[in-house]
Amino acid sequence: MPPEKLVHMANQIGKFFASQPRGDAPAAIADHLRKFWDPRMRRAIVAHLEQGGAGLDPPVRAAVQRLASESGHQTV
Amino acid sequence: MSEDTQMSLIDEIDYGTPPSQAAEMVTLTIDGRAVTVPAGTSIMRAAMEAGTAIPKLCATDMLDAFGSCRLCLVEIEGRAGTPASCTTPVAPDMAVATASERLDRLRRGVMELYVSDHPVTSLDPCTLDPCTQGDVELLDVAAEVGLTEVRYGLDGARHRSTGLDVSNPYFMYDPEKCIVCSRCVRACSDVQGTFALTISGRGFDSVMAAGSDQPFLESECVSCGACVQACPTGSLIEKAVVETGRPDRTVLTTCAYCGVGCSFKAEMKGDDVVRMVPYKDGKANHGHSCVKGRFAWGYTTHRERILHPMIRDSIDAPWREVSWDEAIGFAASEIGRIQARYGRDSVGAITSSRCTNEETFLVQKLVRAGFGNNNVDTCARVCHSPTGYGLSQTFGTSAGTQDFDSVEQTDVMIVIGANPTDAHPVFASRMKQRLRQGAKLIVIDPRRIDLVRSPHVEAECHLPLRPGTNVAVVTALAHVIVAERLVDEDFVRMRCDWDEYQDWADFVLRPEHGPEAVEALSGVPADLIRKAARLYATGGNGAIYYGLGVTEHSQGTTAVMALANLAMATGNIGRPGVGVNPLRGQNNVQGSCDMGSFPHELSGYRHIAGGDVRRLFESDWGVTLNPEPGLRIPNMFDAALDGSFKALYVQGEDILQSDPDTRHVAAGLGAMECVIVQDLFLNETASYAHVFLPGSTFLEKDGTFTNAERRIQLVRKALAPRNGYADWEVTLLLAKALGMTMHYDHPSQIMDEIARLTPTFAGVSYARLEALGSIQWPCNANAPEGTPVMHVDGFVRGKGRFIATEYVASDEKTGPRFPLLLTTGRILSQYNVGAQTRRTDNVVWHHEDVLEIHPHDAEMRGIADGAWVRLASRAGETTLRAQVTDRVAPGVVYTTFHHPDTQANVVTTDNSDWATNCPEYKCTAVQVSPSNGRSPWQQDYEAFSDRSRRIAPVEAAE
Repeated sequence: MPPEKLVHMANQIGKFFASQPRGDAPAAIADHLRKFWDPRMRRAIVAHLEQGGAGLDPPVRAAVQRLASESGHQTV
Repeated sequence: MSEDTQMSLIDEIDYGTPPSQAAEMVTLTIDGRAVTVPAGTSIMRAAMEAGTAIPKLCATDMLDAFGSCRLCLVEIEGRAGTPASCTTPVAPDMAVATASERLDRLRRGVMELYVSDHPVTSLDPCTLDPCTQGDVELLDVAAEVGLTEVRYGLDGARHRSTGLDVSNPYFMYDPEKCIVCSRCVRACSDVQGTFALTISGRGFDSVMAAGSDQPFLESECVSCGACVQACPTGSLIEKAVVETGRPDRTVLTTCAYCGVGCSFKAEMKGDDVVRMVPYKDGKANHGHSCVKGRFAWGYTTHRERILHPMIRDSIDAPWREVSWDEAIGFAASEIGRIQARYGRDSVGAITSSRCTNEETFLVQKLVRAGFGNNNVDTCARVCHSPTGYGLSQTFGTSAGTQDFDSVEQTDVMIVIGANPTDAHPVFASRMKQRLRQGAKLIVIDPRRIDLVRSPHVEAECHLPLRPGTNVAVVTALAHVIVAERLVDEDFVRMRCDWDEYQDWADFVLRPEHGPEAVEALSGVPADLIRKAARLYATGGNGAIYYGLGVTEHSQGTTAVMALANLAMATGNIGRPGVGVNPLRGQNNVQGSCDMGSFPHELSGYRHIAGGDVRRLFESDWGVTLNPEPGLRIPNMFDAALDGSFKALYVQGEDILQSDPDTRHVAAGLGAMECVIVQDLFLNETASYAHVFLPGSTFLEKDGTFTNAERRIQLVRKALAPRNGYADWEVTLLLAKALGMTMHYDHPSQIMDEIARLTPTFAGVSYARLEALGSIQWPCNANAPEGTPVMHVDGFVRGKGRFIATEYVASDEKTGPRFPLLLTTGRILSQYNVGAQTRRTDNVVWHHEDVLEIHPHDAEMRGIADGAWVRLASRAGETTLRAQVTDRVAPGVVYTTFHHPDTQANVVTTDNSDWATNCPEYKCTAVQVSPSNGRSPWQQDYEAFSDRSRRIAPVEAAE
């Protein structure tokens, strides 16, 4: 999948959770990606992060980092 | 319903006047028998409830009493004269006689005059030609009152005849047969709410007229057919009855058009449907219908329907008709080949929101248990997926909170991003009834929809917001409600999480959410925002009705949450008259979501990652399920383009025409190696298909649909499937060819499996549906007859959850290249991609999509009404005719998407909702300019479309 599109979609998710008054935005973003993104989409955004993660907003970058660290010991 | 009743004609009891809603009961005697009825009931109705039919012509229980025909006279002890029983309410200890020598004589006299004015050749209904004489209720009544001769003759002077009106494609009007009972006029005003009919002329010259004494088709008539249904003389009659003759049996079923889910009597003669008549006991429609449900079913026998399976090796080749065995075998082997080559996750399916719950459930089971992945989605993805996510986050369930009847107790309605008179017409009529009784209306919509101002209905406030600013405007309403202390604090403290409420209240109070700040973004005057907020918060029972104008935005989910916040803050949830009500688009879009069509969840909205839920299905189905969410529809196209998704089984959905950014969809489909389309017609998607499996219509199968009020209703087979199989049988054939062992003899067994695996459906079965007529889920041990209103004592999730709704501007911003915003929608006579309605006479009302543009924007561009214009966005361009109208605000243009030769979705983009990927159909930056003709895309597409629909001639047998 084109990384620009995934980055755009992930940043949209990020803007919502970052605007919530309480809670851990990166955790909520990572949870949303886990629940609704098919594994190949998650793999693609993790790969994009590993390439430098251009365009990812800070909380989204943190969320994708969590996915990446999980993928170390299980399939993302 | 037993086989016996299916075989006979259902003639519903007509009680003459509507039921009284009074709680107080009154006892009187009718013909010496004691009868107890609610206070306010008419004598006519009380008598009928006790089994005594009083002769009547102008009375019918869909309409308030009118008291004009003078046939329903009765005698009341202690009262002078012979009052009309339809207009006289019961009173305690009243003694009524419905028959006497005097009454018989009076009724015969009245009837004799009516018949003398009616063109009949005989008084004996048996001797009349049922086709040419039409409905004979008049003659039935003549027989009932014992009229045997007409002293004035049968060929005397009659009412003024204005000539036979056959302009409407579905019914005709013969003024000579009119007895001026006004039933049609009242049906049009009281039931439908259009006020298209009137009695013109005076005295003996009186006659019913449409519009300003115009042919029906030229009048404002919306062809709902309520007048035809009401007519007791055959003056208004369906053309199909005249052509085919009177029906002799009824099959009760459910309409397959919109999410209202009207109950219909399919009235049959032999193996033909003669007409569809709305069923009075239908809980969603109470005997009313629209032009689509009642009349637009001719597509079932349209010559373009495909009845034989077809395959081809490439989409450039012509189709080849083959046997079912060969088509199914080819499809299964292709899926197997592709999975072996590209991996288990390279295939998927789309379930249909037009098909039954049972069919939808089977397709997702085929994917999860047969394909071994979760790549299944449904067209709700592109309409109400934000409703599912938004309402489950705030309330805990993915569905509307009320039944339709709830509107009768509503004092203030907010209609946002919905156009009910076009898209949900039968419910719109209910809304208009309540508005005429005095309920107040707030419309939030970029267009001046018909509800804003129509006969005897006028919105208190219309907030004509700029497309894409719903979240800002709804949050501003919340700002006013909190700032002016209009919050129902008792409700919030008792029912919602108080800390979350306080966070939310602080959030909405920020100055950027104030009406002045939002006026700058949305174009809605601050005072209007204040007025609307005050009215909703303080006007009594407040109900929110919303449609795709809310969900189909990049912030669709946030907007749904904002509406839920508003309802909770004002305590407008958990009782009749209030609530948050998504108006669902398609007949079974609610059901397709309930059935586990989304890639991340099993039936009943339970995430596939949940171990317990998955194990329940695994033990029932005898397979191991994949715990990972699958691809959503837009993701499927992206995955196809990157080479990881290669085969798609599409049941009953035309994704190429209905999904946004057509060129992207076409590229995605073109990149797949096997596209299997199951449909009635060679739709636009079929141009990219390799296998075509003929589908069946709703008239040809058994099953259930679930409407927008969570109401599960039976769909009953009236005809044998012309293609040979019901859709569930086709899926079953494919499943078996793939080696699955599932087996069902009847859809009721599929429902039993759904009930076994889905707690909210635990109490649902065909036997219960037959007994109760319909069931609103949840239906289980706690609610054995279903649940009309949800969240009554507490939210499904426990405490209601307030969520902050920050406005994020759409990426679709206007600028020098694309200075206008396009929004799209539907029209009354056509339905979605039009595959069905375009193949009916409904095209007389809407034969092409047009672009609504404000006079100011049109003049600046030198565009005249009716001129061809080019509509372009960053995604693509098309051409269509302009309609210059101030219905849209300056800066906004609007069109429909019913016709493939316009293809509005060439212009819409692949932007989508942040949470669900629901496309942003309702907001596209565009430019409009004069055009000489069709765009290159349209010309190429037509050539491609013709080429891809070729069917090779069948070779003669040896």
